[in-house]
Amino acid sequence: MSLQKLSLVELHKKFKAGEVTATEIARAYFLRISQVEPKVKAFVTQAKEAALAQAEALDRKLKAWRKTNPLTGMPLAIKDNICTEGVLTTCSSRMLQNFVPPYDATVIAKLRAQEYMLLGKTNLDEFAMGSSTENSAFGPSRNPWNLHCVPGGSSGGSAAAVAAEECVAALGSDTGGSIRQPAAFCGVVGLKPTYGLVSRYGLVAFASSLDQIGPITRDVADAAFLLQAIAGHDPMDSTSVDRPVPDYMKALQKRDLRALKIGVPVEFFTEGVDPDVEQAVRAAIEELRHLGAEVKEIRLPSTDAAVAVYYVIATAEASSNLARFDGVKFGFRAKETKDLLEFYMKTRQEGFGPEVKRRIMLGTYVLSAGYYDAYYGKAQAVRTLVCQDFVTAFKEVDLIVTPATPTPAFKLGEKSEDPLQMYLSDIFTISVNLAGLPAIALPCGFSKTGLPIGLQLIGRAFEEETLLRAAHAYEQSTHWRLKKPMLR
Amino acid sequence: MEITQQDVEKVAQLARLAVSAAEKETFAKQLTQILAHVDTLNQYDTTGIEPTATVMGQVNVFREDFVCPSLSSEKALANAPEREADGFVVPKILEER
Repeated sequence: MSLQKLSLVELHKKFKAGEVTATEIARAYFLRISQVEPKVKAFVTQAKEAALAQAEALDRKLKAWRKTNPLTGMPLAIKDNICTEGVLTTCSSRMLQNFVPPYDATVIAKLRAQEYMLLGKTNLDEFAMGSSTENSAFGPSRNPWNLHCVPGGSSGGSAAAVAAEECVAALGSDTGGSIRQPAAFCGVVGLKPTYGLVSRYGLVAFASSLDQIGPITRDVADAAFLLQAIAGHDPMDSTSVDRPVPDYMKALQKRDLRALKIGVPVEFFTEGVDPDVEQAVRAAIEELRHLGAEVKEIRLPSTDAAVAVYYVIATAEASSNLARFDGVKFGFRAKETKDLLEFYMKTRQEGFGPEVKRRIMLGTYVLSAGYYDAYYGKAQAVRTLVCQDFVTAFKEVDLIVTPATPTPAFKLGEKSEDPLQMYLSDIFTISVNLAGLPAIALPCGFSKTGLPIGLQLIGRAFEEETLLRAAHAYEQSTHWRLKKPMLR
Repeated sequence: MEITQQDVEKVAQLARLAVSAAEKETFAKQLTQILAHVDTLNQYDTTGIEPTATVMGQVNVFREDFVCPSLSSEKALANAPEREADGFVVPKILEER
């Protein structure tokens, strides 16, 4: 069996037992990348030389004394908005095309301490703003299941790389669905942790009250395994929460879902949902019932408001966060400007792409004098209603199950001319970010056209154990994860 | 509410973003459309509802003030678009008399 077929947990076991070397892993993965990357275009930067050198050094060291960490020698891909010291971090933007961070994000420092292997940095919608990777300044990635379709976004490169077996697992970031939507489109597992569980230090900020880093993996056990490595309090991120990190792998052992109550929100099954998606999700809900869960209908009445609330709050925060890109200390700088004002304005005009500009404009507008209360204040108040819906629901149920997306992956170019239609494709993932809850997307079937369909499970804050346990039980009782894309 | 090209120009100035004539037209149309969707929030009665800025309820997070390793000036300057000795080169701000 070729190495890149193994899951992260399987590869770790084999490596720990000394049955495979780091050099063999690195060679196998870069061979795979050279074969499929011209079709998939998942990476912005590949780190082949550094990875091979690191693998060799690792093998030499382990020959003397075989002591491994859970991620030693594990070949990962990292979304290109997470800072990696000494390795380009572009955010798929012209603005940061040549930016080499002088420090590691906390999640990267944690992975590095475990001697992980960085294969490369993956493509995204510029500054994580988008749902298809079509907003990347370097061109879109492709969906490995159908190269004419988008991989989703914004973490589309990470999801495509995992689906195409170009890495064993990856990190993404999720502000309104940017881990879960591409995971669903590419038939892999994507976990958005509770806000505050994983440090955001070194994640290039988009919307600070919503952003969260999380794993994109082949299966649920791998997601638990990778989450274990990145979770925990960080003094460098004042929104990270100081509480003990549970043993997520141990949580998977209990398969029986009896005593679990799972809610099905009626608002998530409306006429906008593709019939194949609805059928697959309904069948998955039956399977959860079969596994012992008690399934009941619930209501989340403010669901329809989520997209509007999100596009006010996220753009307002973005307009403020992206003010730092002024051409002074790092990043792109426009040439031949006559004064300071023109220097700023031209730098930002030439450095940012259309979607980023659109969101900066929208965010600046909703925060501007005279409109603040009508838009920003109103959106923050309705955000409270969205949060209250979940508080009420979680008094009755332990988990909520929904489709991850209303449709399977759409075609490249299908929505790129209509921003509002693109925004509405995130309708099922956004409310989770507004409420700061953990949620996972995992495969639950295929459309008639052969595209993956994603199931979403939502949990209470900091109850990743319950979320992972239910997802794992469902996954192990089905066979969706075994089907792989043909890449034709 | 209709966003005019004049509105776009004003907001672009606030955001320090130069926009072309074509961008002004597109943004005016698109922002009008997006804000029309945002206006659907007015259906929700929020009388007496506290706004949510962040979900975990943290207020101020303090830490001890201590000296710890930080970036060297060489590392901090490594990404400078333009540098001279130990500084960033920027356009002149003060006018000559």
